[in-house]
Amino acid sequence: MTQMAVARTERAPARASVQRWTPLSMLFSGGLGALIVLLVFVPLVLGDGTTQKLVSLYILVILAVMWNVLAGYGGLVSVGQQAFIGTAAYSTLFLSYLHGMEPFLAMLLATLFTGVVAIPIAFVVLQLRAGGFAIATWVVAEIAMILFTIYPRLGGGTGLSFNNLTLAFPDPHRRQELVYWAALGTTAVLLGLVFLLLRTRLGASLQAIRDDEEAAASLGVGVMRRKALVFVIAALGCGAAGCLILTNEFFVEPPSIFSVNYSALMIFMVLVGGLGTFEGPILGAIILFVIQNEMGDNGVWYFVFLGAVAIAFALLAPRGIWGTVVDRFGVRLLPVGYRLRDVGAPPARIERSDT
Amino acid sequence: MTWLNAVVQGIFLGGVYALLATGLSLMFGVMRIINLAHGSLALVGAYMAVLLVDHTGISPYLAIAPILPGALIVGYLLQRTMLERSLRGGQLVPLLTTFGLLIIIGNLLQKFFSPDAQALNPGELGVKSWRVTSSISISAFAALVLGLAVVVLGALQLFLTRTRTGRELRATAEDADTAELVGVNARRVYARATAIAVATAALAGVFLGMRSAFGPSDGASQLIFAFEAVVIGGLGSLWGTLAGGIALGVAQNIGEQVDPQYFALFGHLLFLIVIVGRAVLESRGVAIRFLRGAQA
Amino acid sequence: MALLTVDSLDARHGLLQAVRQVSFEVEEGETLALVGANGAGKTTLLRAIAGGHRPAGGRIVFDGADITRLPAHERVKLGIALVPEGRRLFPSLTVEENLLVAERGRGRWNVATVVEAFPLLRPLLKQRAGSLSGGEQQATAIGRALMTNPRLLLLDEVSLGLAPVAVEDVYRSLQTLIDEGATIVLVEQDLGRALRVASRVACVLEGRIVLEGVPGELTRERVTDAYFGLRREVTA
Repeated sequence: MTQMAVARTERAPARASVQRWTPLSMLFSGGLGALIVLLVFVPLVLGDGTTQKLVSLYILVILAVMWNVLAGYGGLVSVGQQAFIGTAAYSTLFLSYLHGMEPFLAMLLATLFTGVVAIPIAFVVLQLRAGGFAIATWVVAEIAMILFTIYPRLGGGTGLSFNNLTLAFPDPHRRQELVYWAALGTTAVLLGLVFLLLRTRLGASLQAIRDDEEAAASLGVGVMRRKALVFVIAALGCGAAGCLILTNEFFVEPPSIFSVNYSALMIFMVLVGGLGTFEGPILGAIILFVIQNEMGDNGVWYFVFLGAVAIAFALLAPRGIWGTVVDRFGVRLLPVGYRLRDVGAPPARIERSDT
Repeated sequence: MTWLNAVVQGIFLGGVYALLATGLSLMFGVMRIINLAHGSLALVGAYMAVLLVDHTGISPYLAIAPILPGALIVGYLLQRTMLERSLRGGQLVPLLTTFGLLIIIGNLLQKFFSPDAQALNPGELGVKSWRVTSSISISAFAALVLGLAVVVLGALQLFLTRTRTGRELRATAEDADTAELVGVNARRVYARATAIAVATAALAGVFLGMRSAFGPSDGASQLIFAFEAVVIGGLGSLWGTLAGGIALGVAQNIGEQVDPQYFALFGHLLFLIVIVGRAVLESRGVAIRFLRGAQA
Repeated sequence: MALLTVDSLDARHGLLQAVRQVSFEVEEGETLALVGANGAGKTTLLRAIAGGHRPAGGRIVFDGADITRLPAHERVKLGIALVPEGRRLFPSLTVEENLLVAERGRGRWNVATVVEAFPLLRPLLKQRAGSLSGGEQQATAIGRALMTNPRLLLLDEVSLGLAPVAVEDVYRSLQTLIDEGATIVLVEQDLGRALRVASRVACVLEGRIVLEGVPGELTRERVTDAYFGLRREVTA
């Protein structure tokens, strides 16, 4: 056993080439693209019930991917993303309900606004590490909830409906179509954005920060700035999800749109699917989606189940389902990493000296 | 002069927060863990008191007697089963597992007790108060809690400085590795720290329950308040936690005076201001002693 | 029977093989000096014996018992004490508290006797360990290890970072311990000192013991050569 371990670290690969695309990832990426194109046609073929279900799936995918960007790639555990979900939803209402803006335009602007607002927030919450950061994000969510509850004419504690959408698009089928395409488009764009980000230097530097912050900083990597960027991206994504939640559920009230339960869902999806991988959160979202449809998505036992499973994964399988697959077989469906062609073994990890 | 009264009441509220935050501060100091389920555990303490009071009719004060040892055991087991493993996974895992625990506890409480608010009866002390001036009065109960907080913090401080276990705790907090090498069983030390933390949380929970009505989802807000108290006072300092709790209580009460909806908001804002303020001061080279560990 | 037996020990440090198939024995009352360049694996080896590092293979037997899987604090109970590289005192605890944390067993060593052996500590008992000088820290660290009333004392680079006078003091105290029959394994970069104080010397290079013997029999040249890896004599 020891001999083998020594041999592995000492053997030098005879000829190694660095490649990004493997045949498998090319196949999969092509397949994914084709899938997205196919999904465009869903509203034309399937009923409104199905499209609404799919929208909720897309929302979950966005949330999971964004939380993973924060935690899996940025090393930041946030339990306050609901701040941005709610802020975008309420900003949409502010623009459309209070100021008569066209609903979809309002959603776009609300999302951008959420991203902008996240910039100063980032620099505040990033002053704290790990656990402090987590609670600080939660505090921000609480503040947002209080502010939007207090703000006059946005429904206060009782909540508000997204009537402007109905007014702008009275035909329910047409409305559902548009919402679906908006959701699909947003998801695709966000996935693409995250994918590109990870492929660029940002991705590499993020991994470096995640693995060893001090070392990365000493190499000149602007740690704070990178983390802030990740934070803002995640805020944008969650904001977009918030707008979609508004259209899907049609009614918002502060305690539910700013609920920490969203964080619980995100953590579940990413832990189960695969923290730190690109495909993992998507898998986690699909799994949660299935659970929601089987178990019903509310109620005490649902959340107890989610919490227990999340804990189990955190302790026993922290890399999640997909992460374990990646570690075992070195498989990557999407080319977000680099592979050394010769060494087929799982990527080396720095082991802490065992105590 | 209701403003002055607000400040005075805030000081006493600070006692509650300090009591609640003590355990959080201790766990962070020893293990660098922020137990996100801390507030929830305090809430469990309150609900256990409700159970005891409802079934045996004893006063909530007496209910503390069986609750404390129970909480010690729960804390010890929690550490040995879940948190110990979480620690091995790195810095993020304890956050994830304690968050999961928070979700589970909150929902289970909702299931087994109703979602409606409950309250514990503080008895005579709840109605007794001293009139200091025409607009300021101090309730006996609030004074009791503040006094209790000071006593608990003092006892804990003595425990840490004067006893063998306390010494081991401090050594392990500084360097767990080396502590092991001089014969300290780090795992047992951690478990004891968590036991104490959960016990103080449960104690705080019972008094919180006597102070005002509570519901199953209050664990979250109590956690936030406790953490804010710790950060405002400075992580790593027990007496700082008292100061932070008082500052938080005062801020919240002042907010309430402005508008009842601003109660928590003012506390949150103070929290954020302190974080940013410290960062600004630090970047200007002003070293602040109690910054160790919290700031990035 | 030897007090300590190390048998084919392998230890990794991250991805590096720090200790390779190391075997040696230490009899009661012996002083074994491990010499070698930085990074040769000496610290890892000592930590593995003390329980601060889990070996990848091999066995460690102490006083007849296999302690390979035993946690560090249990080994302290059996009588193994390590003075770690860099002293590793608890900076916010006082000198006295540093000593008291390690207090164990009814034996010769307690605060009073430690202060007797290291008189420079007497005025420093109530002082925070973090504010001590190098020499004072080293005395405290050795005292702390002694407080566990060990049967085997492991010392890692006690002369590192100390002024020559302080090193003198430390080695004088060590000599007293040795004269009184203590069993010691010490890691030392200062070859001269090591050869003077040890009853046996082992030279470690790249995780292996490449030379072993009694100081009287080994010439300084042979040791130096082994230290730098010239004319390697592999014994493991």
